[in-house]
Amino acid sequence: MSIDPTRATAAQMADALASGETTSVALTRAALERIAATDGDAEGGIHAFLHVDAEGALAQAEASDARRAAGAPLSPLDGVPVAVKDVLATTGLPTTCGSKMLEGWVPPYDATVVARLKAAGLPILGKTNMDEFAMGSSTEHSAYGPTRNPWDTTRIPGGSGGGSAAAVAAFQAPLALGTDTGGSIRQPGAVTGTVGVKPTYGAVSRYGLVAMANSLDQVGPVTRTVMDSALLQELIGGHDPLDSTSVVEPLPSLVEAAQQGATGDLTGLKVGVITELGGDGYQAGVRARFTEALDKLVAAGAEVVEVSCPSFVHALAAYYLVMPCEASSNLARFDAMRYGIRVMPESNDSPSAEAVMRATRDAGFGDEVKRRIILGTYALSSGYYDAYYGTAQKVRTLIQRDFDAAFESVDVLVSPTAPTTAFKLGEKLDDPLAMYLNDLATIPANLAGVPGMSLPAGLAEEDGLPVGFQILAPQLADDRLYRVGAALEAALEKEWGGPLLDQAPEVATLTSTEGALR
Amino acid sequence: MSATTETLVDFDEVLTRYEPALGLEVHVELSTATKMFCGCSTAFGGEPNTQVCPTCLGLPGSMPAVNKGGVEAAIRIGLALNCEIAEWCRFARKNYFYPDMPKNFQTSQYDEPIAFEGYMDVDVDGETFRVGIERAHMEEDTGKSTHVGVTGRIQGADYSLVDYNRAGIPLIEIVTKPITGAGAKAPEVARAYVQQLRELIVALGVSEARMDQGNLRADVNLSLAPIGTEKLGTRTETKNVNSFRSVERAVRFEMSRHAGVLDAGGSILQETRHFHEDSGITTSGREKSDAEDYRYFPEPDLVPVAPSREWVEELRGTLPENPTAKRARLQAEWGFSDLEMRDTVGAGALGLVEETIALGAAPQAARKWWLGEMARRANDTGAEIAELGVSPADVAAVQKLVDAGTLNDKLARQVFDGLLAGEGTPDEIIAARGLGIVSDDGALSAAVDKAIEANPDVADKIRDGKVAAAGALIGAVMKEMRGQADAGKVRELILAKLT
Repeated sequence: MSIDPTRATAAQMADALASGETTSVALTRAALERIAATDGDAEGGIHAFLHVDAEGALAQAEASDARRAAGAPLSPLDGVPVAVKDVLATTGLPTTCGSKMLEGWVPPYDATVVARLKAAGLPILGKTNMDEFAMGSSTEHSAYGPTRNPWDTTRIPGGSGGGSAAAVAAFQAPLALGTDTGGSIRQPGAVTGTVGVKPTYGAVSRYGLVAMANSLDQVGPVTRTVMDSALLQELIGGHDPLDSTSVVEPLPSLVEAAQQGATGDLTGLKVGVITELGGDGYQAGVRARFTEALDKLVAAGAEVVEVSCPSFVHALAAYYLVMPCEASSNLARFDAMRYGIRVMPESNDSPSAEAVMRATRDAGFGDEVKRRIILGTYALSSGYYDAYYGTAQKVRTLIQRDFDAAFESVDVLVSPTAPTTAFKLGEKLDDPLAMYLNDLATIPANLAGVPGMSLPAGLAEEDGLPVGFQILAPQLADDRLYRVGAALEAALEKEWGGPLLDQAPEVATLTSTEGALR
Repeated sequence: MSATTETLVDFDEVLTRYEPALGLEVHVELSTATKMFCGCSTAFGGEPNTQVCPTCLGLPGSMPAVNKGGVEAAIRIGLALNCEIAEWCRFARKNYFYPDMPKNFQTSQYDEPIAFEGYMDVDVDGETFRVGIERAHMEEDTGKSTHVGVTGRIQGADYSLVDYNRAGIPLIEIVTKPITGAGAKAPEVARAYVQQLRELIVALGVSEARMDQGNLRADVNLSLAPIGTEKLGTRTETKNVNSFRSVERAVRFEMSRHAGVLDAGGSILQETRHFHEDSGITTSGREKSDAEDYRYFPEPDLVPVAPSREWVEELRGTLPENPTAKRARLQAEWGFSDLEMRDTVGAGALGLVEETIALGAAPQAARKWWLGEMARRANDTGAEIAELGVSPADVAAVQKLVDAGTLNDKLARQVFDGLLAGEGTPDEIIAARGLGIVSDDGALSAAVDKAIEANPDVADKIRDGKVAAAGALIGAVMKEMRGQADAGKVRELILAKLT
């Protein structure tokens, strides 16, 4: 049986490459054609990509095929194409972070994860759209226009990594990299029916990830199956001397954990349902699918109990102090002196450096970015530091203790990934607080540095849109996510009669002029 | 410049009414091979922006990684300053915008310095002052701005250039506690502290510590309080103090200026001042005020530094001799009087003298050259003795030639002239200037004959046994030989010919 070159999973593609059934060039070309046919631009189409590198990707594909032909050593995903979120530095490819500020900036270096993709022979299709500097939950804050949800193009694909999730959901790429500071991998995964993993903090190098909040950011996989995420995380993970916060100890095998889970046996596993992350504020269809997924876990032999994490109710508030504080400092470097755009102030013939910085930052940053810079600058100010940053750090400690206490009695914790399914484009754009609430369930993991996965739990009754199921594990126990996730995925796909994405409407194909390779 | 309108009070008069309090912040640029948070070279003098990478340029996505050599140097400095070494400390971000700061924050340490609560004993005119050390912390240097235009300063510049080669070079900032009770000696205490701190840094081998190259930079804090009051007055922080002498002058000037303001019923503005080497005055800096809010918070990209006690003790074992004990030992070894030793230390020549002696010169000869000859020349040009361009090896080589009879003191001075003029090595200068002592009997004999002939009266006196009169003939011969004769030899020849 031959594989579909765009709809196959990455693992299936890897097998087909190994058996000689297909080539990396064929897979890469199929992905590029699919992108050309469906992606469009800010005005229409999915708009998952900000830059497509057809030439580079095909050259990498040819190199992979040549290595395979020569019998050279190959990585498990050698030749399988991948998309990269535009917040990761790529030599020779623009890296804009979805911001006007970095329009046209081409980094002179690769992020460690990008270098690892290249070394492992994965052709890089291009850079995916995102909320500006990863600030948002809908990808509407991209300076280059929003990404649209493949399930319904009038709806958001989640954020900040809506581009990566939509590219994977629309079969433009089998694999993508995302980054997750408060849910930017998992929430887009939930609303697009894809799998997204935020690894343990430090399990994957952050070197080359343009930081929003250094103590929360983490790079992770966005895929269509649990196994594909395991393969991709194993490939990009591991210690990096360039990232001092990267962990030295190796993680247990994630691929083995996924294989073990796929057998469907979870006997002896204890699952904790987090009391605080459910109930009020969660859409009825989300709750229904979540509960049914719990039944599947029980059917697989797991014991499900309810666990209270009382400090989680303060997570959102703590997050919106820690994150803007770090972000305000990280974004200070965008001052028109060394890279990025430079805007000269009007009516000033010989402006000072300060005036140029001011004019550039005023023009280069969008409103959400400015909002967070102002929040962070204020919270770090002398006299406020202890009350805001200091208190937020204490809340982090309490949240960590809640996790520690919970993991004394259960192996994994679970919740819905997001309180609702994908909302309409523009619906929450003028209400930042409503937008922030999307990340209510994903933020605790970032504050505590624990790993989290979102995988599809089915479609909500009321709107027919994907619902995400979140699994959380103790630090360095990422393997548990894969074991439980693979078991749940197997049980649910059995019921659905195949992957959830098979139920997605066909993505509209654009006319040839609209879809010309960019 | 507002300074011209300020009333300056005579230094001695200041002391009748006020007690000065000093505080010194010294930045030491470490001589590690690579920068504090990346692998770039720290070599001085490279083409602008050639020793840079994503990290020290602060490119988006780049991350720092701590240079262990920098931490080691910081701990050794801390130990040498009798500090406690933190068991656990973090780096912090100091946030402010400036074009020579690649990230618009400096990676520094804030409330968790690597070393704290120490002291250094400083010798001033034979008296010992214990200077309390508040803290020594690690940070990175910024880039270097060059303002191009008639003024050479940022005001009025046509444009500015930034060299990031310096950005990220490790710095240790050493901060004293307020130094009170020095009274009239405050300027000398400030100078001696910086000078002896420099000696310590050099002995540790962690920095070139050259003030002229900016390896060692001192900021001088000063305040005055009416005599008898407990509370410290408002301080000013004077920057751009680029020599030991300037440290002393800056303190002296600020004491006079503060007293003028306070006498007139005014209050001192807490501000940064700029020292002017040429005029010896300070002017208001205004570029950065102390009130600026740096919004410090712990650097999230770096893990805490937690030096093990074993490592700290291992490093303690590598410390050079305690400077006070070392001075006592050297004084005894060299047989210097208290006054000679004090002058040597005061001139900043202790290390130079020590090295010269180590290279074979007799202690008194080494002292004579450095404190007589070099100190005078340094004073003439306003330079530091160590920065004249004459090395201990040069002095030792010259003294060796004196010992061998090839040079006398007068000729040796001419060799030093040549060294200062950059004419080459002592040997090259002797050859080029024709400075060697003439001991050729033929030439000397002819000169002696000529002198006898020209001075028959003196010759007669010597023939009559008045040997002391030979001095006049020796002088004549030396004049004839343009000083390049061995006086002893000349005397021998005269006596041989006339007695």
